[in-house]
Amino acid sequence: MQPRRIRWHIVVFLAPAVLVYTAVMIFPLFNTLRLALYSRIDQERIFVGMENFRTLFFDPIWSEQFWNALGNNFWFFIVHMLVQNPIGVALAAILSHPRLRFAALYRSAIFIPTILSFVIVGFAWKLILSPIWGIAPDMLDMVGLKSLFAPWLGKEEYALTTLALVSVWQFVGIPMMLIYAALLTIPEEILEAGEIDGITGFAAFWKIKLPLILPSIGIISILTFVGNFNAFDLIYTTQGALAGPDFSTDILGTFMYRTFFGFQLQLGDPHMGSAIAGAMFAIILVGVCIYLFGIQTRMRRYQM
Amino acid sequence: MNKARSNPLNTTLMHGALILYTLIALFPVFVILINSFKTRKAIFREPLALPNSESFSLIGYETVLKQGDFFLYFQNSFIVTVASLFFVLLFGAMAAFALSEYRFKGNTLMGLYLALGIMIPIRIGTVAILEMMVATGLVNTLWALILVYTAQGLPLAVFILSEFMRNVSDDLKNAGRIDGLSEYAIFFKLALPLVRPAMATVAVFNMIPIWNDLWFPLILAPAEEVKTLTLGSQVFIGQFVTNWNAVLSALSMAIIPVLILYVIFSRQLIRGITSGAVK
Repeated sequence: MQPRRIRWHIVVFLAPAVLVYTAVMIFPLFNTLRLALYSRIDQERIFVGMENFRTLFFDPIWSEQFWNALGNNFWFFIVHMLVQNPIGVALAAILSHPRLRFAALYRSAIFIPTILSFVIVGFAWKLILSPIWGIAPDMLDMVGLKSLFAPWLGKEEYALTTLALVSVWQFVGIPMMLIYAALLTIPEEILEAGEIDGITGFAAFWKIKLPLILPSIGIISILTFVGNFNAFDLIYTTQGALAGPDFSTDILGTFMYRTFFGFQLQLGDPHMGSAIAGAMFAIILVGVCIYLFGIQTRMRRYQM
Repeated sequence: MNKARSNPLNTTLMHGALILYTLIALFPVFVILINSFKTRKAIFREPLALPNSESFSLIGYETVLKQGDFFLYFQNSFIVTVASLFFVLLFGAMAAFALSEYRFKGNTLMGLYLALGIMIPIRIGTVAILEMMVATGLVNTLWALILVYTAQGLPLAVFILSEFMRNVSDDLKNAGRIDGLSEYAIFFKLALPLVRPAMATVAVFNMIPIWNDLWFPLILAPAEEVKTLTLGSQVFIGQFVTNWNAVLSALSMAIIPVLILYVIFSRQLIRGITSGAVK
């Protein structure tokens, strides 16, 4: 290898990917952050520094919406962490049981909701939960719980949790598959060694398997976090851009869409939209950093 | 393998739990599909009954086919998905080959730079992407979507494919070099065929989010002639909210192609996910 000679084939191999990635992803990302520092006054784009962020966080009209969306987004994430991931882990634990019949069939069936689009999932559940059609109340009636029925999507206090659960229903397949894959890599000898010491069944899961799959649970948590803080489609499909009733299902994605694109009487404001995108970027970055430096490095990796 | 881990009671409980969850997962899809073939009256009177000779009706499908341009939407989605996958795989594999095959200054840095996008969603940059597409006149064209999805898919593709490219035998490549093959020929004729399974995994991973995306079609290509199936059904269903036959039929028409594809590719998909490509 001679120094100072450009090996053109390396450039040719790298150029398309780097160009498209830089031009369509990295550059717009930073450009959006830059746009957040400007404002449009009398058709002119004027540099205003951190003014947009001050409006977003402290101006009562904006900040109320922002904190509402942020709070809702955290609740959305918490529901996923508390419901989706434990169910996913439990299903994976059952599926990975040796000599379980029909495992492949169950696995494929449970993964079906994950491949459907938000539009299908959103409308399907909207119809099922609708009091007009009456499937949900009828089914509750069959088990004698009809009194529990409420138009969940239309009530401020339930709508967000209901949508979070619909999203859980849709995405349970992902933690299930990833944990299932992790469980398959645990060598049989370790489990047999546990059995000799009398650790079987549930105890084997808690004491042997769970510690071994913790890194995968960490990956799932961060994937859930990034996915939730950038969610939009399900809420938009079921509740529209206004994220009703009375903004109770508004999350950062819908808030950004509304702000940047405008709706009904409010005109779109790309600069405030960029400011919200900047806030989302910061939140996701903090989450990813906590995971990379706080969790992943401390997690013990077992040699298997 | 011993008996302690498989007594009959446990097995029954396990099947019970799995069947219960499978029912939860499939029930909504099932309800939508069966009701799409019923008359309006039957939809409301007995929503859980299968269509019979009396309640069978295709009125919903007729409305959908008459009113919505679903074939056009389907074609748009198809073009966007296939073209994006093609570019993700081609560009991704080329970059992965460069990163794993050659030592050059800034190799690690370039790898890290390309990996940044795995964790950071491209949606954050939407405002500037739209501005750029408007400035270049690409707004309301399928190219806008193809470019965005290619950029979105590249980071993970490069990451996964370079892992696999590293495993391609050096002896093979050096033998090719001795035989006078150019670096391009080595990539296309030797390396690429050997990482085909990994490429299939990357393709399947990218296919579902691209096909199902609502955000970018809504913002970058909302015009009638470039609507994707996801956006098209969203708009269509929004207009027909009170026509239950049409809504249920439109939903079914959106579900069925995905289900067929899933039945064909589910093995590949599940093998891809469980083969540890994302570990």
